Amino acid sequence: MPIELVVNVVIAGVLTGLVYGLMALGLSVIFGVVRVVNFAHGEMMTIAMYATVVLFASLQLDPFLAVVPVGAAFFVFGYALQAGLINPFITRPEHSQFMLLLAVAIVMVNGLLMVFGPDARNVQVDYQLESYAIGPILFDKARVYASATAVAASAALFAFFKFTRTGKAIRACADNYLGAKVVGLNVRRYYALTFGLGSACVAVAGCMMILLVDVSPVLGPAYTLLAFVIVIVGGLGSMAGALLGGVLIGVSEALAGLFIQPSAKSMFSFALLILVLLLRPQGLLGRKP
Amino acid sequence: MKVQTGTSRVRRRVLKAAAASAALSTLGFPAIVRAQATRLRVGVVLPRSGVQGFIGQSCQKGADLAPGVIKEMLGVDIEIMSADNESNVDVSRTRGERLVQEGAHVLVGAFDSGQTAALAQVAEQRGVPLVINIAAAPQITEQGYKFVFRNFQTAPDIVRNGLALIGDLFQATNTVPRTAVFMHVNDTFGMAMAKGIAAVMPRQTQLPFKIVDTIQYDVATKDLTVEVSKAKASKADFVLLVCRLNDAILLRREMVKQRWNPMGIVSPGSPGMYEEQYFKTLGKLSEYSISNVPWYNPRAELTKVVEKAFLKQNPKDKLVFNGLNVGFTFEAILIAADAFKRARATDPKALTAAIRQTNITSKMMLGAPIKFNEKGQVEGIGSACVQNLNLVPTVVLPAVVATAKPVFPWPHYQA
Amino acid sequence: MNRRAAVLLAVLAAMLVALPAVASSYVLSVATLILFFAFTGQAWNVMMGFAGQLSLGHSLYVGVAAYAVAGLFFHFGIGPWAGVWLAILLCVALGATIGFLAFRFGISGVYFALLTIAFAEFTRIGFDHLDWLGGPGGLFIKVEQREYSDLLNLRGPPQMFYYVMLALAAAAFALCAWLLRSRAGYYWQAIREDEQAAQALGINTFRWKMLAVMLSSALTALAGVFFAFYYNNLFPEHIFHISRSIEIILGPVIGGVGTLFGPILGAAVLTILADSITELLAALGIEIPGVKQVFYGVVLLVVVMFLPHGIWPALARKLGLEERR
Repeated sequence: MPIELVVNVVIAGVLTGLVYGLMALGLSVIFGVVRVVNFAHGEMMTIAMYATVVLFASLQLDPFLAVVPVGAAFFVFGYALQAGLINPFITRPEHSQFMLLLAVAIVMVNGLLMVFGPDARNVQVDYQLESYAIGPILFDKARVYASATAVAASAALFAFFKFTRTGKAIRACADNYLGAKVVGLNVRRYYALTFGLGSACVAVAGCMMILLVDVSPVLGPAYTLLAFVIVIVGGLGSMAGALLGGVLIGVSEALAGLFIQPSAKSMFSFALLILVLLLRPQGLLGRKP
Repeated sequence: MKVQTGTSRVRRRVLKAAAASAALSTLGFPAIVRAQATRLRVGVVLPRSGVQGFIGQSCQKGADLAPGVIKEMLGVDIEIMSADNESNVDVSRTRGERLVQEGAHVLVGAFDSGQTAALAQVAEQRGVPLVINIAAAPQITEQGYKFVFRNFQTAPDIVRNGLALIGDLFQATNTVPRTAVFMHVNDTFGMAMAKGIAAVMPRQTQLPFKIVDTIQYDVATKDLTVEVSKAKASKADFVLLVCRLNDAILLRREMVKQRWNPMGIVSPGSPGMYEEQYFKTLGKLSEYSISNVPWYNPRAELTKVVEKAFLKQNPKDKLVFNGLNVGFTFEAILIAADAFKRARATDPKALTAAIRQTNITSKMMLGAPIKFNEKGQVEGIGSACVQNLNLVPTVVLPAVVATAKPVFPWPHYQA
Repeated sequence: MNRRAAVLLAVLAAMLVALPAVASSYVLSVATLILFFAFTGQAWNVMMGFAGQLSLGHSLYVGVAAYAVAGLFFHFGIGPWAGVWLAILLCVALGATIGFLAFRFGISGVYFALLTIAFAEFTRIGFDHLDWLGGPGGLFIKVEQREYSDLLNLRGPPQMFYYVMLALAAAAFALCAWLLRSRAGYYWQAIREDEQAAQALGINTFRWKMLAVMLSSALTALAGVFFAFYYNNLFPEHIFHISRSIEIILGPVIGGVGTLFGPILGAAVLTILADSITELLAALGIEIPGVKQVFYGVVLLVVVMFLPHGIWPALARKLGLEERR
């Protein structure tokens, strides 16, 4: 097997993995803080992808610029969803949470189907099919830009949590719910804020993802699952873990596809998930519970 | 204890039955099955929503135009009862049952092999004939059903015809590609095709090329980077592709991104590259892709009639983008109507017997006249080599029905 | 169970037994589907209600059992009554493995759910590559005859299948009712309420949780056997898919997790609801794809939000079917 084949495949895996990582980051933030199992995560990204398509089609807005309005819109949406719908479910059993978000997901997917129809949509930007070439190694332009944005967004989120007061307050709520309340933090508001941030995160990921993948209404569930796999492999509560997990899954799927059978790619991810759950449930970079 | 006399026992039973049916009528039980010998009711089950919704809707267009065309052609009245099976096997079954309950005399469907198999069960159990419009799994006509008929090629047939046409293509363009990389989806259809190709390729001597690598990928995949990288590394002369719509689009794009230009892409028989979405999404990049698929005869009389009816009902659409779906769905209904005309009854047994005797020579799709063998399968359905030219799928082979000449290798080929 | 409940139960049983005599084939097929989901829901309920573990990969057991029994029939001509033992054995082994891995390593809640999903998905893709069992092309069993009931080979008219499913559902119901009142039932309820307290009382929670998991998978295996012979064709994409797992849990969650009647009521309500929406939309002439599922999702949403314990507890209270304390 020629070495440049392996290198190309690994590079593509890393770049795509970074975008996956950003999507998973949103989930990690939500799950890590609010402890809600967001089974509509992939669907939310799908809606963000459609929003980007619509903005591009009507205003010729490049996805990288669309990040701002879509991200902001999703922040508000996430905040409202948490405050309005999900809040009473935090103390309820898992299967109730799951059902609630599953119902939300069903409404989302089929709402998209009603509005946009079943065929795949995409954006056609000029640099879509171009690639940088360094000798025999090819870097897909769209992927490079998308992954760079993903890293930037992740860094911004990380800085927020580490250095701002609100970020620290949110981390406090995650670490110790009772303690946070005792200290006087408005936990409910911070939960909603976190859900908003997580949603904005997944929205940005969606804007990037549309450059790599065509969107159709049924895309959601597979990405929800992928996000959970990444979060668990990377480690709950660790932002770097989400990115690392994304890259790991991206590369391992690529290599599995290369050396085994491409159609068995996903088997590898699930096997990895099972192994991590058994041997190191806190994930690679997570803290031990 | 009182002894129940005959009449009061009967009365009791009647009362009980009346009470039961009154109570249960809220669940939608039928009163009486209306017997109308003047009109044939055709129950059409298609996946009009869900994953295959787009194709089901395309097939539906064939069903919608059928009554008008058939009335003119055969002078019989048919009524179409449509049901959406939501691309789901369970729903396919219950919808089929429902249609039969509502008085359908014959069933038509269902595009997907799994959904069609479910429908076939209903047909067998209720003794109502099923005419399959599109479904390639060979097993459906091997299970010993007595009421199931298929006017479509099985996967092995599609492969055989498809590969033969590839040989014709090379002859017509005077090219001799030595190697091919075989890429295919791993769903029911793709695997059936792969099996067929694996069986035929080693034994045949007509085709000049060898398959140097086989790359199988997930039908729902969103990323074909690895697969195309592998294919490119195989340095094959051309791509032999069994695909669906979305992955075909992904593949073409990825080929451009990875700067890979073989002699062309040829499908021995799969959907995708001739569908409208392929053209709309890829624009110029869709040019020159080749699909060897069952197709309609562009020069046939019936084709022109159906095209006119199609344009009247769908002014913004073109028959050429729906050819396969509309054509076979229409023909399935035509078969039912033709049998009805000969049987002069809507009784399912009579209809089934009449369908068995079908011999339709004036048809729309390519190939031999429509005649069913003892397994309920039509033999000799033809395929055409369809190439994307000027953003429209065009028949380039066989030469007798072609409307343009094939182009192979495609212009951007770099040896 | 109080007197009123017993009478209603008897009436329901009578209606169910009499159904094939008066129902059309369509209603019968829908009823069979309802009973199927009532049964699998009840089986799932054992794991959730008794052991408190959320399994989102129950399609694994249906699929493995169906393929086991279909494979034996297809390749060796072995009938379902013999094949069912292999099916149960495989499923119990799988369930035990998952349970062992989960309980020994302390995986619970969402993590356990994801573990079950991973197992089901892994198996789905695995079976896609198993050509001996048909691969993605599917495994088709030959359909010999449909006129008379051949219970030995599970070949016969739809009425036979209806009664088989009715018998299974009734048996599962009776089994669960008996279990709940037995000592095992009290142990399970204790574990579900507070596992640590139960352990402190000396209950071997690991053993009882494993038992629940194994029982659940064994019961679900029976559903798989039925599925194979009722549908006569199996595709990994359909039978192992996560949407099937979700279908299985919809009934109990809507009807009421941990209750006896929840799964049955939930299955009935959901199936009839789905059908009614289809009819309603057809009557109104609305043909937009996706509308039906949106309705469905909204109804689910409303039920989950306002009836957190499911429909059955609220209904039972209203009908006065609760046990008099």
